[in-house]
Amino acid sequence: MEIKSMHFKANASAKLADVVLQGNLKNAKGKFVTKRAEAIKDLDDFEGTRDAAVAIRNKVIDNLDLWLERFEQKALDTGAQVLWAKDGAEVCRLVTEIAKRHGVKKVTKSKSMLSEEAGLNQALEAAGIQPVETDLGEYILQVDNNEPPSHIIAPAVHKSLSDVADLFHKVHGTPRKTEIPALTREAREVLRGHFLSAEMGLSGGNFLVAETGSVALVTNEGNGRMVTTMPKVHVVITGIEKVIPTLEDLSTLMRILPRSATGQSISNYFSILTGVKRPEEHDGPEHLYFVLVDSGRADVVGGDFHAMLRCIRCGACMNHCPVYQTIGGHAYGWVYPGPMGSVLTPLYAGIENSIDLPHAATLCNQCGIVCPVKIPLPDLLRKLREKQTERGLRPLTERIGLRLWAWVAQRPTLYALGASLGARYLKWLAGESNRIRLLPTAPEWTLGRDFPAPQGKTFRELYAARRNATPRA
Amino acid sequence: MSSREDILGRVRAGLQRNGANAAAGREAMAAALANRVQGPKPAMDSSPKALLERFRVKSEQQSTTVDIVAQESDAPAAIARYLTAMNLPKSAVAQPSLAALDWSGAGLSVEPRGARDADLVGITGCFCAVAETGTLMMCSSPETPAAVSLLPETHIAIVRAARILPYMEDAWNLARQELGALPRAVNFISGPSRTGDIEQTIVLGAHGPYRVHLVIVEE
Repeated sequence: MEIKSMHFKANASAKLADVVLQGNLKNAKGKFVTKRAEAIKDLDDFEGTRDAAVAIRNKVIDNLDLWLERFEQKALDTGAQVLWAKDGAEVCRLVTEIAKRHGVKKVTKSKSMLSEEAGLNQALEAAGIQPVETDLGEYILQVDNNEPPSHIIAPAVHKSLSDVADLFHKVHGTPRKTEIPALTREAREVLRGHFLSAEMGLSGGNFLVAETGSVALVTNEGNGRMVTTMPKVHVVITGIEKVIPTLEDLSTLMRILPRSATGQSISNYFSILTGVKRPEEHDGPEHLYFVLVDSGRADVVGGDFHAMLRCIRCGACMNHCPVYQTIGGHAYGWVYPGPMGSVLTPLYAGIENSIDLPHAATLCNQCGIVCPVKIPLPDLLRKLREKQTERGLRPLTERIGLRLWAWVAQRPTLYALGASLGARYLKWLAGESNRIRLLPTAPEWTLGRDFPAPQGKTFRELYAARRNATPRA
Repeated sequence: MSSREDILGRVRAGLQRNGANAAAGREAMAAALANRVQGPKPAMDSSPKALLERFRVKSEQQSTTVDIVAQESDAPAAIARYLTAMNLPKSAVAQPSLAALDWSGAGLSVEPRGARDADLVGITGCFCAVAETGTLMMCSSPETPAAVSLLPETHIAIVRAARILPYMEDAWNLARQELGALPRAVNFISGPSRTGDIEQTIVLGAHGPYRVHLVIVEE
C-alpha cells in the first residue's frame, strides 16, 4: 500500500474538519471499550493470562529462527508448501505465480493486513486475476473504489449505515435498503456465488502452530471458513513473527485475543487448519501454501523494538487511544493505525516517511494498559522520537532549539537567569487575564487552548526561599 | 541468496546467534513442545451436571438454542419438532456419520453426504464440546465434512453430554488421544455466524448459518 503518513498533520486536520466522519467516529467511540471491559471480567485471572501470553510470544520471538524452521518442517510434513517473501513485491510475485500455476481466475480473500501492506489486490488485478474481499467491512471498502481500511479489525468503522446503504444501492443496482440485516443479507447473496466459483482462497493467519504445522484463524462471519474450505487452493499470507509453540498456547491466547478485540469470550469461528484435503474427504483445498513474510520484521528482531513483535493484532490500543478516537484510522496514512501503527509504520515503511506518527500520541499509556501482550507502546514511541533526533530527521528549528536548550541547561547560573526572565516575560505576556492566548515561540501549542501563565517566580527561586525560611535541623 | 536464507540470516544476526545460544534455544524449544504448559483458566465445577449446565448457558449467550433429550435415538424427533416450530424445511443434509439414525421415522428427509449450496438445513454431530465458552469442536473427515456446518442457513448439532469438557485444552488432549494427528480442519463453533462491520451492530447470519440449534443427548 502506498504510504501517505508524511501528510499526517494535513490529513488529521482534514479528518477533524470532516463533519460526516466526526459523526461516525462519535457514534463508534467507546463501543469496543465497553465490550472489552465487560468481557475480561469473566476471566478469574486476566492479569495472569496476560503474563502467560507475554511468555508465549517471547518464547518464540527470542528464538525466532529456530521456531520458524520448526514450523516450516511440520508444515511440509502435512503436505503444505512453504514460501518466503522478503517484501510486498515478492508476496505479489509468489501469489500471482501460484494462481497462474493452478489456472486461477478468481481469488476469494478473508482479511489479511499483510495483503494490504503488499498491495496484493492491485497486483492480482494487473495479472488478470479477480480478487474478491469477503469480510463484510473489507468488501464494503473494495466496492467503494478500493478505499483503504481505517481499523485492523473493523475496517469500515468510519462509515455509517447510510453510507453503506448508498454504496450498495449504487454498486449492486438494487433498491436502497436502510436496515443493517438487509444490507448484510445482500452482501451475503452477492458473495456466496464468489465463494463457490473461486479457484483459490487467500487468508491471513492469526497464529502458526509449531507443534502441528497448522494455521489458526479467528473469524466471526464464516468467510474465513469459506475461503479455506471451498476453493481447491488455499494460500496463507502471514508475518514471520506469528509462530506460537503449542495448541495449549493457542488456547491461552484465545482467552485474551477476542476479548481484547471485539469483547467476545471467543470468536464465532476458530479454525485450526492442517495440511490438505485427505483422501475421501468431501471438502477442503487440494493445495496449501504458506507465504511467510518479512517486510521489515526480521530487522526488528533483537533490537530496540523487539517487544513489538509480540503484537497479536487485536486493535485494543487504537480502540482506547484518544487520538485515534478523534481522527480515525485514515489520517495515519498506512495499513496500521493507532498506537501500534505509529510504531509499526516507521519500522516497516520507513522512519523518514512517517515523521509525525511517533508524535501522534499523548503518551497517556491507555494503549499500554490494555495491550494483551503488554507491549510498552509509549516507551516505543518515545524511542522512535529519539531515533528521529539521532538521525537528524526533526525540523531544523526544533534541532537548533533543543541544542540551545541543552547548552543552557548545562550552565546552572545561566539556566536560572533564563528561567527567571522567561517566567517574568510570560507573566507580562499574559497581562491581567493570567492566560496566554498566543505563545510566540510555539504557536501550535495555543491553537486549541490558552497557555496558563506562570505566577512570576521559578521553581528554583521558590525552593531557595522555602529552604531559607525553614532551615534544616 | 534465497529469500528464506536472507530472512533467517537477518533474524539470526538480530539474535546474535552462535553455537552456544543455539543449543540453549533448541533446548528451550524442545521443553516448550514437550511440556505444553497451560495458562490460567477460569475456575469451573467440572461435575457432569455442572458442565452440561454451563455449556447450555454459554451456548445460549452466543444466540444458540438448546434442546436436551434422553438418548440419541430421540434426536431425529427433537430435530423434527424444532424444524416444525421454526417453520423450516423438513429436508436436510447430514454428516455421513449420522446416517444410521432413523430420520424417515421422524418424518424427515435426510441425505447423508457433503453439503451443497442449495442445502437449507445441515445436521452434524461434534467431536466434543467446550463448557468454558459454549463451543462445539468439529473435526473434519470423510464422515464429517466441514461444509455441512457452514453452507446451510440452519445448523443443527447433536452433542453427547459425556463429550462436554471443561476447557479447550481438554479438547486438544482428547484429539491427541483419539485421532493422533490433527484432522485437516478443526472448527470451533460458538453460535451462528455474525458480523458487526456496519456501525458495530451485531447481525446474525453473515456468510455461515443464521441459526445454530443443539440437541444434547444425556445418556
